[in-house]
Amino acid sequence: MSALVKGETGEWEIVIGLEIHAQIIANSKLFSGSATDFGAEPNTQVSMVDAAMPGMLPVLNEKCVEQAVRTGLGLNAEIMRTSIFARKNYFYPDLPQGYQISQFEDPIVGKGVIEIDLPDGTVKEIGITRLHLEQDAGKSVHDQHPKKSFVDLNRSGCALMEIVSEPDIRGPEEAVAYISKIRMILRYLETCNGNMDEGSMRADVNVSVRKPGDELGTRAEIKNVNSLKAVHQAIDFEVERQIELIEDGGEVVQETRLWDPAKNETRSMRSKEEAHDYRYFPDPDLLPLVLEEKYIEDIKATLPELPDQKKHRFMGDYSLNLYDASILIAERSRAEFFETVANDNDAKLAANWVINELLGALNKDEKKLEQSPISAKNLGGLIALISDNTISGKIAKDVFAEMYASGKEANAIVEEKGLKQVTDTGAIEKIVDEVIAENPDNLAKYKNGKVQLLGFFVGQVMKKSQGKANPKMVNDILKGKLD
Amino acid sequence: MTSNLTHQSLASALEGLEKGDFTSVELTQAHISAIEATRDLNAFITETPEIALKQAANSDERRASGKAGLLEGIPIAVKDLFCTKGVQTTAASHILEGFIPQYESTTTQNLWDDGAVMLGKVNLDQFAMGSANTTSYFGNVINPWKKRDGSNEQLVPGGSSGGSAASVAAYTSMAATGTDTGGSIRQPASFCGITGIKPTYGRCSRWGVVAFASSLDQPGAFARDVRDSALLLESMSGFDPKDSTSADMPVPHFAGALTGDIKGLKVGVPKEYRVDGMPEEIEKIWQQGIEWLKSAGAEIVDVSLPHTKYALPTYYIIAPAECSSNLARYDGVRYGLRVEGEDLTDSYEKTRAEGFGDEVKRRIMIGTYALSSGYYDAYYIKAQKVRRLISNDFTDAYKKCDVLLTPTAPSAAFVIGENDDDPIKMYLNDVFTVPSSLAGLPAMSVPAGLDKDGLPLGLQIIGRAWDEETVLRVGGVLETAAQFPFLNK
Repeated sequence: MSALVKGETGEWEIVIGLEIHAQIIANSKLFSGSATDFGAEPNTQVSMVDAAMPGMLPVLNEKCVEQAVRTGLGLNAEIMRTSIFARKNYFYPDLPQGYQISQFEDPIVGKGVIEIDLPDGTVKEIGITRLHLEQDAGKSVHDQHPKKSFVDLNRSGCALMEIVSEPDIRGPEEAVAYISKIRMILRYLETCNGNMDEGSMRADVNVSVRKPGDELGTRAEIKNVNSLKAVHQAIDFEVERQIELIEDGGEVVQETRLWDPAKNETRSMRSKEEAHDYRYFPDPDLLPLVLEEKYIEDIKATLPELPDQKKHRFMGDYSLNLYDASILIAERSRAEFFETVANDNDAKLAANWVINELLGALNKDEKKLEQSPISAKNLGGLIALISDNTISGKIAKDVFAEMYASGKEANAIVEEKGLKQVTDTGAIEKIVDEVIAENPDNLAKYKNGKVQLLGFFVGQVMKKSQGKANPKMVNDILKGKLD
Repeated sequence: MTSNLTHQSLASALEGLEKGDFTSVELTQAHISAIEATRDLNAFITETPEIALKQAANSDERRASGKAGLLEGIPIAVKDLFCTKGVQTTAASHILEGFIPQYESTTTQNLWDDGAVMLGKVNLDQFAMGSANTTSYFGNVINPWKKRDGSNEQLVPGGSSGGSAASVAAYTSMAATGTDTGGSIRQPASFCGITGIKPTYGRCSRWGVVAFASSLDQPGAFARDVRDSALLLESMSGFDPKDSTSADMPVPHFAGALTGDIKGLKVGVPKEYRVDGMPEEIEKIWQQGIEWLKSAGAEIVDVSLPHTKYALPTYYIIAPAECSSNLARYDGVRYGLRVEGEDLTDSYEKTRAEGFGDEVKRRIMIGTYALSSGYYDAYYIKAQKVRRLISNDFTDAYKKCDVLLTPTAPSAAFVIGENDDDPIKMYLNDVFTVPSSLAGLPAMSVPAGLDKDGLPLGLQIIGRAWDEETVLRVGGVLETAAQFPFLNK
């Protein structure tokens, strides 16, 4: 899936590394007791610490540490026994302390690896460089007053995990697949809600291009990419910009660029020369964070089955293909729904019904799985009726539609409407005989070798049985009589 | 009567209050009058007589109902670096002029919980940066001591806690809080002829104390005698979950350590503290201190702290580095001084240019430089390594001895303005106090005698981490032997 891009001078390889900022699900901020609810009135979730009043000191929120360790374990990464909080110094009105407390040389989580599932049905491993804890800044509001800017400190001090990938990503599809997988893992672990539209998860995209086999090219860092669509578009734009630039004899400069979704372009924010000197140094208000082995083990013991583990189990235990397995594990609740449906049923059939029928219908109605009118148990009931030949697959679709509309059980609908499949040989033979008798012309043609007409006879029999005759039996009996 | 009330120790005032000889209101009023009579010292930035009298009245009620705390009814002064709820807290700066905290620092809250009475907020070097209390936006503090030649020259009280030391020495408070980053309690105690103790780093909470250099800042106590210092320190001390560097250790009854018995105690004398150009009188008083302790049964041991000469340069990298970051929050956005500018950067620059004094700016610049990319390893990292070596020196020394005895400062109080044009010379004031600050050790200055000009000289006792008790015990013995001639006695 390594997407090569054709330029005027030949093919170019795209190299991408991602920095994902994920807001930790916790009842309070990283170093203060303030609440962290999204959408609260401006400056209502701000403690003296968050506002950086004189003499205020940070106290590390243990819940955030636990969440970072959980996430690290979910990324198959090394949990560092000692990590250090450092100050990143710069001036901005939404940064009350004049520094962000982050981790620099000694992050809480080291190297890890995850699998991404690509649209062409292949799997690729992407390396995780590190995960570190840091404070979020507040929010500057520029559109409320003609001359002034306002500052909302609600977000100031909220706990973020910055997850840095290796430059292993080779194109926009892989970048999207990577972010999707990270989001999936975070949601499975319940360490971040992954809502990019609320800013709970944000990505900085580092993009460079090179001729295949060459050294890494100079990268540009793109900020303000707030959706998967924006990630794709920003990479497309940036790749094209860089290739054109180089092919026209120019050079890519290392810089930070801003994605403008309105103009569909990236533009320069600041160059390397203008880059801040952040003057990182260990925060003297905080002691090194030391984790005991047992602490890590205890968290490990509470981890849920992770998306990739689940995916492999579904492919093994249920003989699903990668595509179906990938769709089913996309959300933890979806995987659980599927497993309930598949319980004591044909798993492949269950997968088909969940993916094609139910998710299809929900998607059409813009509903979430949690809003499904059909419960997993009831969908399982429908599939059981198909499996034991009580109803045909065709009738099942009608039953499904009725279930979706009314929320009733499959069995009840089948009973109520008399939709049970006819499997009585005598009854089917009777209809077959009638159909043959009513169609002497077609019978003659069939006898003369036009065997495709079997389908016509099957159709007529099914129609006459109001769709209730078992199609296989109809087939068999017809063949016996015609041949 | 008034003079009798102010000119007594904290411990004896507690007895007097308990016996009903006088009330806290009377005691407090006497100090308020004394403050008014000595305003020329410029020791106070904010006087809070109404609060004091109210607290005193409440205290008298508590005592009457049998609920007296450790410092019940005792009027004290608070360094204007401690945030006090509803009372202006300036750090002696223009940038925080008029700033009224909505919270109370943990250490001062501990004092009020123990029944102490707040007379006001005392002057200091701006943001606790200075050794002479000449960098305050609110003007110099004047040392209540004068040279005996009758010259009437105004002398510095030392710094940064100059207001605290001057107030206690001038009997306008019974005790005072201070903070010590590189000597800011001990050196002014020495200059003003009183006792000052900086406990082990982590003993007192830093929560609500305006930060200068977080890894060094430590609240501590001033009083005229060792027992009073012990009482104040005990009240201030204790674990605070709001300060991650505060230690979860039990607080001893410090005054209980004053047994006077130091028989067999090993007192180390570090040879590196005999610095070039040190006045003979300092050498003499140090020798005198050694003799006093020896007579009291202590064993004197020669020790070496080989990295002592690197302590000042190390301190003047680490402290400014931390300060450059700690003071970034004073940007005119949320509180304190704001000077409007053309744009954001201009407003930052104007606010900070007007809001900070020269010495603060100097240290912010030094610290910013030391942390800059390309210089960080050569300055900050190297300084951290040397800091460890300095700390190791003490660990090694304490294999041979229990406490160290040194001079507190290389000179007595000097004339205001004397070292102002030479920052390096000013920094040298801290040569004996900075090493123990870098090592986080408890240390106290006890007034030991007068120089030829009749000015106080202090001796410093440095202890093992968490062993304030031995420091205080040795201090008590020195005090008894020294019979120091306090002012106006």
